[in-house]
Amino acid sequence: MPMTTTVVRARDARGRRVGVGPAPHAGPTRARRRTLTPYLFIGPGFALFLLLIAYPMARAFQMSFYDWAIVKGAASKFTGVDNYVKAYDDPIFWRALVNSGVYMAFTVPAQVVLGLGVAMLLKAKAPGRALFRVLFYLPVVTSWVVVSLLFQYLFADSGLVNYGLHNVLHIASHDTSWLSSRWTALIAIGALGTWKGIGWSMMIFLAALQAVPRELEESAAMDGANAWRRFRAVTLPAIWPAMIFVTVMLVIGGFNVFISVLLMTNGGPADQTQVLLTYMYQQAFKYLDFGYGSAIAIVLTVLVFVLSAAQMRIMRRSNDDGALS
Amino acid sequence: MSQSTKNRAHLGANAARYAALIVGAAVMMTPFLYMLSTSFKAQQYVLTTPPQFIPNPVTASNYSAAWQYNHFGRYFANSILVAVVSTALSLAISSMMAYGFARFRFAGRELMFRILLLGLMIPAMMLVVPQFVLAKYLGLLDSYGGLIVFYVGSSLALNTFLLRGFFESIPTELEQAMEVDGARAFTRYWRLILPLSKPALATATIFTFLAAWDEYVWALTIINSPEKRTLPLAIQLFHGENQTLWGLVFAASAIAVVPVLVVFLVFQRYFVQGLTAGALKG
Repeated sequence: MPMTTTVVRARDARGRRVGVGPAPHAGPTRARRRTLTPYLFIGPGFALFLLLIAYPMARAFQMSFYDWAIVKGAASKFTGVDNYVKAYDDPIFWRALVNSGVYMAFTVPAQVVLGLGVAMLLKAKAPGRALFRVLFYLPVVTSWVVVSLLFQYLFADSGLVNYGLHNVLHIASHDTSWLSSRWTALIAIGALGTWKGIGWSMMIFLAALQAVPRELEESAAMDGANAWRRFRAVTLPAIWPAMIFVTVMLVIGGFNVFISVLLMTNGGPADQTQVLLTYMYQQAFKYLDFGYGSAIAIVLTVLVFVLSAAQMRIMRRSNDDGALS
Repeated sequence: MSQSTKNRAHLGANAARYAALIVGAAVMMTPFLYMLSTSFKAQQYVLTTPPQFIPNPVTASNYSAAWQYNHFGRYFANSILVAVVSTALSLAISSMMAYGFARFRFAGRELMFRILLLGLMIPAMMLVVPQFVLAKYLGLLDSYGGLIVFYVGSSLALNTFLLRGFFESIPTELEQAMEVDGARAFTRYWRLILPLSKPALATATIFTFLAAWDEYVWALTIINSPEKRTLPLAIQLFHGENQTLWGLVFAASAIAVVPVLVVFLVFQRYFVQGLTAGALKG
């Protein structure tokens, strides 16, 4: 995941670049070979990509309009928008949608604020900086399976979290059974998502902070602006593109929450903690309703696309309107 | 403000900053440390009140039990096989694509690039159902091939982007010189571009290996035979059987981290270079 950033942004900044152009001395034979060469380099990989990624994309869309038959030879029935109507009338689908939204609304601000905070603390060159960077980044590269089981253990009835809240801090008067009801389970799952994601946003913000012009910050300090004013007037506008990127990616990631829910609650008890993807997976691979599963996946994809586009518009405009003022 | 009060204020700010960083890092590390601690506890000590931070008595039995339990060694070998082959294939294929995009201009270039970009934006989970149908059609269900082929497929777009950006930053003069000397495209790619791109290749290797090593959902979806399980499936199964043996689960998790650490240590010298090179360009 982290590499997405550098790559996409590198491309934006550099625009389209074309490498070796036709050399002036090239004769007709060479020119013909040159026109074929790039396809030889790109062909195998691109064909594989079309087969394994692009084609399934189109197929997901198609399947969502069918009552899909998994058995070999059986004909799938075209049912139009029936799968979408089914979702519309399905209370569990709506609950899953709300849960995904709640998870997103919980984890995105937490990751942005904490990630940016840590990045600000680690901005200056200071002893131990590299070590702290690794420590905060470690959860990002740890497997979702391992950390999901780990948080299930921490949030167990007589686990570390209850011990801390009840026996040490005395905030809670009794042990909470975190994973056995809807909202407390979402808190535990959200805590995991936040903990695992802080390091990622920290890395992006750290890279962006390197590009903030130091002279601007210094002259603002000379003018007597306090730290908060300097942050608002100089730092934030300078890293705004990174802010847009991070929030868009985190919103997408938030709606794609899956493995943690699957392993920590499996959507239960009684579908209370279903999120869109656990519900989709269950419909497809437990009840073998591939059509309905695909419809849920398409709804999710469209939702994420619309949200990202809207978000980019709003956040770009708010910057033009004068975060600088 | 006198020089000394200024210095003292500076020192104070620094101390506050380190205090905040240390508290933050402690919170981030506690789950890992506690997990490691639990992996050395006997089952009756894993969920006590108050919890044991330092295991007492310390036992390594979870590690030997995890390793011997239920063909864990086999699962470990499966994971190594799948991750290594996927990474090698993905790097070979995507570095060729990246070279094509970085150094040539041809019909359909923009369109093909856009289609690849789309692959970066589509959430992988959305494709699970149609990919399952495709894998079934291709006879790839319940096989290592089914894991490898789709791990390669899903890493192509990202690796191609990463490598293309790096290849473009290599000055074209070197290649033009080789071209004048009669070197063909493949020679230039193999002899010049790849050796110069070690940082980017190392970064791509680490992330592709990590992704394949940790992958869970696709393996869960297509693998049925117990002997073909990969490590994430095995670890999850330790957890799934009636009463959770947390010590065993976390010992298995700790064992699973070892190859990741090895890959990181081997490639990290290049890796840090690759990350900063990428970051500075943005």
